[in-house]
Amino acid sequence: MNNNIMKFKNYFFIVPGLLSLLAILALLLWGLKPGIDLIGGSFMQVSYTTERPVVEKIHEAVATVNIGEARVQPTGTTGFILRQRDLTNEEHQNLLKALGTLGTVHEDQFNSVGPTIGSELMQKAWIAIALVMISIIVFIAFAFRGVSKPIASWKYGVVAIITLLHDILIPTGLFALLGFTHGAEVDSLFIVALLTILGISINDTIVVFDRIRENLKKNEDKSRREEFEVVVSRSIMQTLTRSLNTSLTVLIVLGALYFMGPDSTRDFALTLIVGMIAGTYSSIFLASPLLVVWNNFSHRKLAKQAK
Amino acid sequence: MFAKRYIAVMILVVAAAIGFFVYKTEVPGGNLAFKLGLDLSGGTHLVYKADTSSINSSEINDALGALQTVIERRVNAFGVGEPVVQTQQGGALGGGEHRLIIELPGITDVDKAVAMIGATPLLEFKLIKPGFEASTTLPLAEGQTSPEANPDAFVDTGLTGKYLSRATLEFANGTAQVSGTPTVRVDFNAEGTKMFAEITTANVGKQVAIFLDGALVSSPVVQEKITDGTAIISGNFSAEEAKILVRNLNLGALPVPITLESTQTIGATLGDKALQAGVMAGIIGFIILSIFMILWYRLPGVIAVLSLVIYVAIMLALFKLIPVVLTAAGIAGLILSIGLAVDANVLIAERMKEELAEGKKAEAAIRDGFNRAWLAIRDSNIAHIIAGVILFWFGTSLIKGFALVFGMGVVVSMLSAITISRSFLLALGVNEKSKIGHFLMRSGLRK
Repeated sequence: MNNNIMKFKNYFFIVPGLLSLLAILALLLWGLKPGIDLIGGSFMQVSYTTERPVVEKIHEAVATVNIGEARVQPTGTTGFILRQRDLTNEEHQNLLKALGTLGTVHEDQFNSVGPTIGSELMQKAWIAIALVMISIIVFIAFAFRGVSKPIASWKYGVVAIITLLHDILIPTGLFALLGFTHGAEVDSLFIVALLTILGISINDTIVVFDRIRENLKKNEDKSRREEFEVVVSRSIMQTLTRSLNTSLTVLIVLGALYFMGPDSTRDFALTLIVGMIAGTYSSIFLASPLLVVWNNFSHRKLAKQAK
Repeated sequence: MFAKRYIAVMILVVAAAIGFFVYKTEVPGGNLAFKLGLDLSGGTHLVYKADTSSINSSEINDALGALQTVIERRVNAFGVGEPVVQTQQGGALGGGEHRLIIELPGITDVDKAVAMIGATPLLEFKLIKPGFEASTTLPLAEGQTSPEANPDAFVDTGLTGKYLSRATLEFANGTAQVSGTPTVRVDFNAEGTKMFAEITTANVGKQVAIFLDGALVSSPVVQEKITDGTAIISGNFSAEEAKILVRNLNLGALPVPITLESTQTIGATLGDKALQAGVMAGIIGFIILSIFMILWYRLPGVIAVLSLVIYVAIMLALFKLIPVVLTAAGIAGLILSIGLAVDANVLIAERMKEELAEGKKAEAAIRDGFNRAWLAIRDSNIAHIIAGVILFWFGTSLIKGFALVFGMGVVVSMLSAITISRSFLLALGVNEKSKIGHFLMRSGLRK
């Protein structure tokens, strides 16, 4: 139990560092494809009662109504999903009629979002992400206000934010990749998933930090001197089972949601699963080692000044 | 010991009653049945932009209120079960355009829905700008049969259908029109009467243009000031057209012009499939979770599962009582919150294990475990609540559904973990010295 795992702290940064790098690379290379609810556009899901026409026929039908390009994707056994710019009610009805010339068609789902509403939601999303980040840094600084030795409470907040950035960077990078390979889009549910990851993964980090706080206090009470590194190591080991088990239980329910749940929340579940995994290892292998490194760094500086 | 067991039994009885309530009230169409969102029940969600540019900023709220009332009347006349009509202000931080949001459960024919909402006429009275008397209409474009009004030629008077008290069908008596021609008589309310009197007083001998849905219907010359608050609209109506116009005006002339900005419609089959998939995912997730908890944490695991069952029952009862409209995202929120609710139990169980390892008696270990875990539970839940509140603010109705369920879940699960689990564990009074007690309180793969 008392092994100082922080001896290996430099190796810990390899996995999160590498994955973050890949995620950034994916984002730079392919970027994210915003969903229609964020930039406007329309989405139509139809199914034919008997036989599915070939995709070319659908494109031809779309061309007869003046609505520009449509991306057509087969779905289910006899259905299609069409994505195009936002449609007025008249254009919507015309498109439906045009599709109806290919066989008896039933509209399962239609969604058209005007550009104003879309861009507004996008702005709101950025503000929401920033707000969550700020509230968390304030909250952690507040929660850890009593702890100032050997490391200032606001540093816990900064480390937590770096960890959080990592946790949302990974799923975002994954969706850049999925957008490139499968045309996956990021919609408002994706942003909800990111915000939820922020809320959950801060949890893991807080539990470890909370242990560090408690162990530091114990040492102080008993006037025991112990390397910060050792305290952090012990705190991680003590909270390890809990971290893994909690993540596992959340992953169990998210897995059920991903494999069995409705189509509309499948991407949402995937984002959360990836974010949860990232959040679990980052609280162990990123957050606490960062604290130690920062502490060592400040000490070295102090030592230098003392000379 | 008796008191502890008494509390535990009481919790069980109350929980059973809650469960029974949830089950018993689930009759289709019942008052306390779960309220399903459009994505699960099928239906249409429409967002209209309300053009308030021609309304004084101080009167916008009144006008929007009137608009909402009129649309509600329209929608209700159509016979939709539990429609929702709301006005909302857009913009990332508010202050944006005004919107009208309409939800029509069960209606999937958007065309019909849009027609029914849009059919309401917008009645406006305008004046002709000096110098434009001869050019009130635009030259006929190719293929047009009737000329369009020249948008530059008119000035708003502020008098609209908002100030209408009643419209009636009348047949002309032959003074101004050919006898027997159908005309529409409108009576203004007190405010409208005053405005109309002012307009007519200032414009004797001039034309007043009457617009219906942006189209010029007629522009009679004001013969004398009219103070009794009546106006006669004499377009080239057929009797049938005049009758429909009267009905529509009475049902409500739109005080604010609206344009459709976004549409969402989901078929009932698809919604039903989504609902079943959501419920299934919840049940399967819960079962696997329970198996894991019991195998790993043994007795505290069983207690944790029991307290989770109670947690779910309380949540479901709250959904009915508040009531919370359940969407696919909301169900995902509930499922996620079940996974998270375990967290508090895990924290407590792990802490208890440590206390036991220090050689404490079971009861003391349980008490200290709960107390020690409380700080971490509180802090992490506060973080969840922060996220939930911001999500709720961010939200469209879809996201609000998730945020509300998630936020409620955090609070309820925190309460259920620290009160219910604790009462049960204390009530069982396990003796950690006995072999079986020792086994039950341990966890993981160790004996």
